[in-house]
Amino acid sequence: MKFLREALDKAKHNFEKGGKWERYYYVFEAFDTFAFQPNSTTPPKGAQIRDAIDMKRLMMTVIISMMPCLIFGLFNVGYQHFLAIGQDTSVGEMFWIGIVQVVPIIVVAYAAGLGVEFIFATFRRHPVNEGFLVTGMLIPLVMPPDIPLWQVAVATIFAVVIGKEAFGGTGMNVVNVALTARAFLYFAYPVDMAGEVWTYLPEGATLVEGYSGATPLAVASGSVTAGESAVAALNNFGSGWAENIYTLKNMFLGLIPGSVGETSTLMCLIGAFILIFTGVGSWKIMASVFAGAYGMALFLNFLGGNSFMEMPAHYHLVMGGLAFGAVFMATDPVTAAQTETGKWFYGALIGILTVLIRTFNPAYPEGIMLAILLMNVFAPLIDYFVVGANKKRRLKRATV
Amino acid sequence: MSAEAVEVIKEQKAEPLFSKKNRKLLSNPLDIDNPITVQVLGICSALAVTTQLKPAFVMSLGLTIVTASSNTVISLMRNSIPSRIRIIVQLAVVSLWVILVDQLLKAYVYDVSKQLSVFVGLIITNCIVMGRLEAYAMGNKPWPSFLDGLGNGVGYGLILMSVAFFRELLGAGSLFGFKVFESVGLHYQGNGLMLLPAGACVIIGVIIWIQRAINGYRESH
Repeated sequence: MKFLREALDKAKHNFEKGGKWERYYYVFEAFDTFAFQPNSTTPPKGAQIRDAIDMKRLMMTVIISMMPCLIFGLFNVGYQHFLAIGQDTSVGEMFWIGIVQVVPIIVVAYAAGLGVEFIFATFRRHPVNEGFLVTGMLIPLVMPPDIPLWQVAVATIFAVVIGKEAFGGTGMNVVNVALTARAFLYFAYPVDMAGEVWTYLPEGATLVEGYSGATPLAVASGSVTAGESAVAALNNFGSGWAENIYTLKNMFLGLIPGSVGETSTLMCLIGAFILIFTGVGSWKIMASVFAGAYGMALFLNFLGGNSFMEMPAHYHLVMGGLAFGAVFMATDPVTAAQTETGKWFYGALIGILTVLIRTFNPAYPEGIMLAILLMNVFAPLIDYFVVGANKKRRLKRATV
Repeated sequence: MSAEAVEVIKEQKAEPLFSKKNRKLLSNPLDIDNPITVQVLGICSALAVTTQLKPAFVMSLGLTIVTASSNTVISLMRNSIPSRIRIIVQLAVVSLWVILVDQLLKAYVYDVSKQLSVFVGLIITNCIVMGRLEAYAMGNKPWPSFLDGLGNGVGYGLILMSVAFFRELLGAGSLFGFKVFESVGLHYQGNGLMLLPAGACVIIGVIIWIQRAINGYRESH
């Protein structure tokens, strides 16, 4: 540490006013901050209580809470790969495949995003914010494991420039940046983002007989035309090459194909626990997303109509990316509703819309991404009404 | 040479055809008074017909002709139009020109006309055309009105063409149907977002962003 400090101090004069790299002061400052801030300690006299929580620590907490999802994701990428080609190997081998596939995505996402951040910080002459630390980790977690790397780079650049910098940088964005990246790819390169793309299959690999890369949501949605119950379709799926892959328990654990980090509901719940315990994420939003989705699914059960609508409500909670979206995406403090009452409405509407899109829109098998993006846009409106109602209530009490 | 002709020459001397004021009429709509990026008019057609350069070009041409000629005609008629029925008179004039353009397109470039479908007909209700008639042609002489119409048509066309340029290049990897990337031996995977209206919205947004950055725009509160 001391060595790094000395090196930074030595280089500092080059970046200060009048130095030869004056333009790039904020690039230097970013590295300095990353390594050594906040460096304030309690004074010998006076208040001795000080909380060092700043944006960097906030962001690091979120990243730590994503670690279970990431580590499980690394394993699962390899697991699905060997399942599809029908080989038995060790857990280490599976992790290795996962690392080879996923680490480049993470590196590319960080490099592209931070590159854009540094360029804008240099032009606008403001310090580089830590905002991208979380986004850069979220983006790989919501990508299919075999996504081409250039697409990750293009999507990240698009999301950071259009989703964030155009609105004024960290803390000013209207929609979630990581989801903007995913939505961009979803609409720009649908071939690589939808359909049977969720398992890493190298070119020319021999697949196990009967293999199908359909996701649980696609299977459940397909049960409508097949005319069987969704649960039976899920339980029967994979017979011959992966028995019981889409049982409720397996989907909860996350041993299913999907984006890198979102398959496991259990890991998302561990992340949710860390976020709630440290007070970083809003438990109200998480709870209301799940409640909204569950309530809507129950209502659809009641309506009936086709086998997807009649699927038991709790299935919706473990399928697709609902848990991941609820825990890590919907709770983004910048784009979520700010008022405490508003958070309930915001979360519940996300859950309701997710299930609605899943069941009624054949073009989009998964709805959580679009639901969150839509509610991001409406969050300020929700706040507006909540604040307005509060004013009205208080005005009634006023005696003036 | 009658006295009348002398008077015309005199008048021309008083106000040359391309005086500074008249040149401004042409150049302002291209940048600081652009109908799309500043006045935010005519957005619907800018989103709808810009997937390729060819229809965008034809559309800009059509709109330029309609705006310039309707402006001139209305300006000639401006003193005899009763103000209570001026909108319907304007509509009649505009539709005349739109039908002319539409028939011409059908006769000579049928495939483009098919592609543009209703959007040629919808020029009648295009906010830019009506806006220029109301705001300029009703109160100004024919020549400046013509220039104003021309300027606004070209300003509209400029944005339309730049949007279509990026949409066709990024979306399909071609320009005017010519495969750019393939011709230099590169494989290009088309960006589907650019083919959707949302892509046009993003590009127009970026153009406005760049324009404001250059012109030093500040939000007024």
